[in-house]
Amino acid sequence: MAQLFPKWTNKLPLFIVSGGVLAVVIVTGFFWYYGSPEYTDVGYRPIQPVPYSHKLHAGDLGLDCRYCHVAVERSAVASVPPTQTCLNCHRLIKPDSEKLKPIFKSWETGIPVQWIKVHKIPDYAYFNHSAHIRAGVGCESCHEHVAKMEVVQQMKPLSMSWCLECHRNPASQLRPLDQVTTLGWEPPENQAEIGRQMILERNINPPTDCAGCHR
Amino acid sequence: MAEALPLKNEKMHVATEADLITGNQTFHTITENISSITEGKTPKLWFLLWGMAVSLLLVLFGSVGFLVWNGTGVWGLNNPVGWGWAIVNFVWWVGIGHAGTLISAILFLLRQRWRTSINRFAEAMTLFAVICALLFPGIHIGRMWVIYYFFPVPNQMGVWPNFRSPLLWDFFAVGTYFTVSLLFWYTGLIPDLATLRDRAKTRLRKLTFGALALGWRGGNRQWQHYEIAYLVLAGLSTPLVLSVHSVVSSDFATSIVPGWHTTIFPPYFVAGAIYSGFAMVLTLGLIARKVYHLEHIITLNHLDKMAKIMLVTGSMVGYSYAMEFFIAWYSGNQYEAFAFINRAFGPYAWAYWIMIFCNVIVPQFFWFKKIRRSVGLLFFASILVNIGMWFERFVITVTSLSRDYLPSAWDYYSPTIWDIATFVGSFGLFFTLFLLFLRFLPMIAMAEVKGVLPQADPHYTAGGTHE
Repeated sequence: MAQLFPKWTNKLPLFIVSGGVLAVVIVTGFFWYYGSPEYTDVGYRPIQPVPYSHKLHAGDLGLDCRYCHVAVERSAVASVPPTQTCLNCHRLIKPDSEKLKPIFKSWETGIPVQWIKVHKIPDYAYFNHSAHIRAGVGCESCHEHVAKMEVVQQMKPLSMSWCLECHRNPASQLRPLDQVTTLGWEPPENQAEIGRQMILERNINPPTDCAGCHR
Repeated sequence: MAEALPLKNEKMHVATEADLITGNQTFHTITENISSITEGKTPKLWFLLWGMAVSLLLVLFGSVGFLVWNGTGVWGLNNPVGWGWAIVNFVWWVGIGHAGTLISAILFLLRQRWRTSINRFAEAMTLFAVICALLFPGIHIGRMWVIYYFFPVPNQMGVWPNFRSPLLWDFFAVGTYFTVSLLFWYTGLIPDLATLRDRAKTRLRKLTFGALALGWRGGNRQWQHYEIAYLVLAGLSTPLVLSVHSVVSSDFATSIVPGWHTTIFPPYFVAGAIYSGFAMVLTLGLIARKVYHLEHIITLNHLDKMAKIMLVTGSMVGYSYAMEFFIAWYSGNQYEAFAFINRAFGPYAWAYWIMIFCNVIVPQFFWFKKIRRSVGLLFFASILVNIGMWFERFVITVTSLSRDYLPSAWDYYSPTIWDIATFVGSFGLFFTLFLLFLRFLPMIAMAEVKGVLPQADPHYTAGGTHE
């Protein structure tokens, strides 16, 4: 009987097997890298209706975060300031600025400025700002040094594993309670030790079970 | 030469195996008989059956599609009964899958040469049953698009399968079982695929079977390697026959639900699995034997032996039922005692007594040789056992869940049309695959059957002298 297959087909099983393994590795690797929030979400920087500069206000002028985000210590949300907060100063400072037009329009009509939320967490995950502030987690831990940002952008992945990393080992992110809103805070040399102490003092026990966040 | 003989040609059994295959078969008639089934024109009956199977498969697609679209709310699950037909069907199908590997691995190691007549289609049945089984855990999660949670792949959530959960062991146990069964089945197929290749008339058949036969020539060295590979795979599969259903039973036994939390579960489940598997082998084998005229290969002796295995395993299952009641009483645990009284006399008593009749009483008829050798009665009994074993899983799952601890939480469970459609549809999947197998692959292991013919014995002298 004549040969059915040419000689090169001997190598076919090897190619198929190694190709299959390679395909699995590539597909997994692709989704692991390109599908993670680290790739898809970090760097999100929407254009806001008003070109508000955190760098100018929180950095150069030195406003405390809580001047605008008043509810952060007491509620689940940090709260976006009402137009009134802007007017506290801008009634007198640069009231004729072209950039501030939408603010004054909002003031006149009573319709809030439609700020665009930057740091989003899915609705099936429960997050409470006040709990974190009370525990002594700095704003920077999640939002980075916003006082350096002309336009605020997402710097951390805000993925579940990223949350869990800190929930499993919070010591490195804890600060003295009066330093929580400080931007550009440098942790001391013995942060690990101090962190452990703060965990004991404040009785910090971050949940790592499903129902901690998925309520 | 005093070389070690392949296992299948062990001399010790020769005297008693003369009538294993009847009708004075030769190597050639066996090849002709089996190969021609896959070669001739497709019979009309096959098209009819396959059409029916594919229609049922469409029912499966429809009901799974509806499930994915609407969520598991379309099933009859309610608050105390969070596990319904999906797990019942899963365990039932996996159980059926056990006979194939038992026949091919354990009976092989025990030198039961009669296995050769039934092992090929029993193994195919195993594979298709396990596919049907894997379907149910696959779809019961409701959100199909996050099915990758099942797999240990890196992900942004940092979530890994919970290695302390028997549901995960289950996934690995059944997955391993499927892989090993597939390899075992395929290894056994290789010499027969080569036979089909050599007989092939068309180029397409030549190329297809040529590729599938992986270059098999039937040389001495190849046979030697083949026998070793087969033995190794049999050794690998043997513990799997026992482990898979033990792990499946852990899904129940590791919980604290009365009626589930018992140590008897693993052996009890394994016995039940083999029992139901043999019932399905009988059901399918009796039909195939009749339709394809294989009475000389699957003889009454084979049926008799299978019925005996069912008698043994069926009695073990009956013993387990009794022992569960004994332990429920002997433990003095009122919840455990209630669970079993509730099984026999509660709202699901009808299911319980169907189970007792089909699984405990029916196999006792196999004590009679006449019944073991009666094709019609065997077929009837095998169907009853299939039904009974489905009800066993239903009784275990539903009676315990519907009435556990707090009477205020009790509720009665009944399936919806979608539960039923999915289950009926899974038969479509099973029979579609099985009919394709019957049509295109040799349903009897030709090479192995030849090995148990008298001519295969080195001391066979009817055809002349043997040096």
